[in-house]
Amino acid sequence: MVHTSYYLLLAAMLFAIGAGGVLLRKNALIIMMCVEIMMNAVNLTLVAFSRQLGSLTGQVFVFMIMVVAAVEVAIGLAILVELYRQIKSVNIDDFSSLKG
Amino acid sequence: MLLANLELYLFFIFGGVAVIAAFGVVFNKNVVHSTLFLLLDMVMLAGLYVLLNAEYIAVIQILVYAGAIVVLILFVIMFLGAELGERIPTWLTIRNVIVVFLAAVFLTVTGTAVFEWLGVGQAIHGNITPELIAQNGSVEMVGAAIFTDYILPFEFASVILLVGIVGVITLGGWRKVQHRKDSE
Repeated sequence: MVHTSYYLLLAAMLFAIGAGGVLLRKNALIIMMCVEIMMNAVNLTLVAFSRQLGSLTGQVFVFMIMVVAAVEVAIGLAILVELYRQIKSVNIDDFSSLKG
Repeated sequence: MLLANLELYLFFIFGGVAVIAAFGVVFNKNVVHSTLFLLLDMVMLAGLYVLLNAEYIAVIQILVYAGAIVVLILFVIMFLGAELGERIPTWLTIRNVIVVFLAAVFLTVTGTAVFEWLGVGQAIHGNITPELIAQNGSVEMVGAAIFTDYILPFEFASVILLVGIVGVITLGGWRKVQHRKDSE
């Protein structure tokens, strides 16, 4: 049995990569993908602790997170398509119409 | 000897490929290639879930992420046009170095915390063992947990999905189509 701390370190690495990608990239689509990577890292943590603590609550939480992730992607992509129709760009530097 | 450590080897293969794929998502100019790396990342995580005795979560991961989310992102990329890669003259700017440094600090702090504090949870150990899951089946046990203890969050999940459907239809220009039909 692989020790749980290995899984937690792997999840921390994936989360750090995702967070770095959100800060580095300017493309809104890539930023959404990096958010998905971060969510997956958290899911891995929950499943690892579900095994470590002998409880199924973590897996139920992962199920709920996947529902939220699916809805988030659908709405986010709909917003992005609508923005692209008006601004003709997916670069987040061009989304500045709310700036005061 | 090989079979005794098979789980460890599989963990390092899945985990290593997952980390490489995550880097591929971030450091790729072509958005389509990034999405395919994301798909690889999801599949590797599904393998890790199987190693963690969570077969149900692994199947749902493949179905929802690889089957729905990645395809949706790919569809939108193709819909908007493929030439979306941003032109960055060099990756080695001060801002990028600061971001990488902050990520490394975050990783070090998290790793230290993990290794120092992992023993805390031992006292509240539940009664679900891998043998019990193998005997009853992962889907049955998770399903029983969802439909008994967590029935209210499950219902809220359906409400969230409904809100998502309504939001996407509204954002997708349903009113505009109605106007066009009325004016004809």
